Amino acid sequence: MLEKQSNLKALFYLAPAMVLLSVFTFYPLFNAFFLAFLKDYEFLLRSARGFTILGNFKNVITDPDFGIAMKNTSIITFISVPISVIVALLISVALNSVKKLQGAFQTIFFLPYVTNAIAIGMAFAFIFHADYGLLNTILGWFGINPINWVGLNASWSNAMFALLVYTVWGGLAFKIMVFLSGLQSIDKQYYDAARVDATPRRRVLTRITIPLLSPMIFYITVTSFIGAFKAYRTIIGMFGETLRPPGTLSKDSLITIVGLVYDALAHADATGKMSEAAAASIILFSITMIFTLIQMQISKRRVHF
Amino acid sequence: MEITLKEITKIFQAKDKSETVAVNKLDITIPSGKLIGLLGPSGCGKSTTLYMIAGLLTPNEGRIYFGDEDVTDMAPEDRGIGLVFQNYALYPHMTVRQNIMFPLENIKVPKQEALQRAQEMADLVGIGELMNRKPKQLSGGQQQRVAIARALVKKPRVLLLDEPLSNLDARLRLATREEIKRIQRETGITTIFVTHDQEEAMSISDEIVLMDLGVKQQVGEPQDVYDDPYNLFVAKFLGTPPINMIPGEIKNNQVFVKGAKIGGKVAKNQDVVVGIRPEGFNIDPKGSLELEVYMVETIGRDTTLIIKNFEDEEKSYRVIVDARHRIQPGDKVKFNIDEDKFYVFNQETGERL
Repeated sequence: MLEKQSNLKALFYLAPAMVLLSVFTFYPLFNAFFLAFLKDYEFLLRSARGFTILGNFKNVITDPDFGIAMKNTSIITFISVPISVIVALLISVALNSVKKLQGAFQTIFFLPYVTNAIAIGMAFAFIFHADYGLLNTILGWFGINPINWVGLNASWSNAMFALLVYTVWGGLAFKIMVFLSGLQSIDKQYYDAARVDATPRRRVLTRITIPLLSPMIFYITVTSFIGAFKAYRTIIGMFGETLRPPGTLSKDSLITIVGLVYDALAHADATGKMSEAAAASIILFSITMIFTLIQMQISKRRVHF
Repeated sequence: MEITLKEITKIFQAKDKSETVAVNKLDITIPSGKLIGLLGPSGCGKSTTLYMIAGLLTPNEGRIYFGDEDVTDMAPEDRGIGLVFQNYALYPHMTVRQNIMFPLENIKVPKQEALQRAQEMADLVGIGELMNRKPKQLSGGQQQRVAIARALVKKPRVLLLDEPLSNLDARLRLATREEIKRIQRETGITTIFVTHDQEEAMSISDEIVLMDLGVKQQVGEPQDVYDDPYNLFVAKFLGTPPINMIPGEIKNNQVFVKGAKIGGKVAKNQDVVVGIRPEGFNIDPKGSLELEVYMVETIGRDTTLIIKNFEDEEKSYRVIVDARHRIQPGDKVKFNIDEDKFYVFNQETGERL
């Protein structure tokens, strides 16, 4: 009796969240699955000619942009995530051992998190500017000629390099914050014990700090991979809607899979485009899920909760 | 390894620049190969003293010697100490074996030898079968032993234990303190442990160092300190139930409590505090001190009589008598007091007369 009553109460309290989630999350989610299997779906007329199992997926995969998007997404993910996790870890450990001005340093490193991605993208575009950019100025001090990073006709690899730098930097703030709070919750006695036992600094890091921080590292790695698979904002922030340096061909585009989805959505009035967008997003979802499952398997052996 | 502390002072400075003197001009000599209890109420500076011996804290003044060697400015890892922390500080992600071997890996002991030494230590402290467990899978007492094994495995000159029994339940505490005594005896290592529990300190220490407010109060074998306290603090701190502190006076070299003469003491006439151990009361029909029993606590072995305080209703006095005396609450009982079970203290300074 009592249990029934409290269940009712719980439902009542959860209702607002459930309603909003249903409308804006669950329905679109299921709808996307549904759309991906519709044949010749007309977005404006809301009509389709029956179902197709793989037709939309085939259209996505055979699109020349898909290969480019896969390549770009993979490069962004597998280069930026490991680098940013490692760099964030080292910065956090360093910050944690700083005694003076720790608060000031923490604020500085957290600033990117509260700054708009588009604004940062524009700032970075300027840092990488061929003629006036900060980076080329500094390189100039060492006698290196200006490099066309993101300007007119910039090469794909230069543009990707700039994008990676921006992605790594943009992702640092949150990671550092999480790692720092993790580090500060580690009992100081472990370090005293390590000191009494004459443990060298590097071993303290690899044998004590990192294992004790492993739940945080795991959490950050998984969420970073998911975030990197969804890369889009960073590219639009740096290169604008064309998703590539001005003057370059579409084969040199920095488009990602999410970019592909938005591209398809931009032409949603054309026959079947909406379904292609849905199919592309399901492909992305599958890749992300498989990857997260793999990581969870690895974590069983490597993470100490 | 004889350890000498010479005029050690430790001052902690808070953020607002206010200073706390945790340890004040402490002079102690700790004999080699003995088990020493650093005893005192919380905040008396005993743990601070231990951590200064370990080297994790640096004294503001004074020197610390291990034998003839001045170790004051030496880093903890160079002092050759083993330290057992209050909450053990076992690395949760390592097995028992890895925990015990960790100090050896740091000093690059070959793997085979390290494994063997870890096993020997584990066997010594009685956890040889638990080598593959993680600390979380062990009871508090077993964790404690792992911590001791880890501290001993690199063969330190001194073993330091911070409140080794405070995280254990009452029954384990009894077993573990015997265990610590046994391990100390078998290894012969100079051992210092910190505790606030006087029973714990007295039961296993070869010598106790009693501290209060950062100042050494008395050093000696437990029985000597108990029998011959230098001051009111020491007398009060040792013994359960605690000593009874009763206002009294000295007149013509005789000690009077509540108008009754309880013994002699050569001193000038004055008001004093008389401390009488609960076991110092003897029932005697011809006794001079008559007390009314308020309550009787029976535990079988002996009986505790609770007597209402003459001065302060809140406090009461305790008297331990033979269980054969069947005494009822409300009885008026006459006592005489054992000559060596009462002490007379100066009312102002608390010094023993």
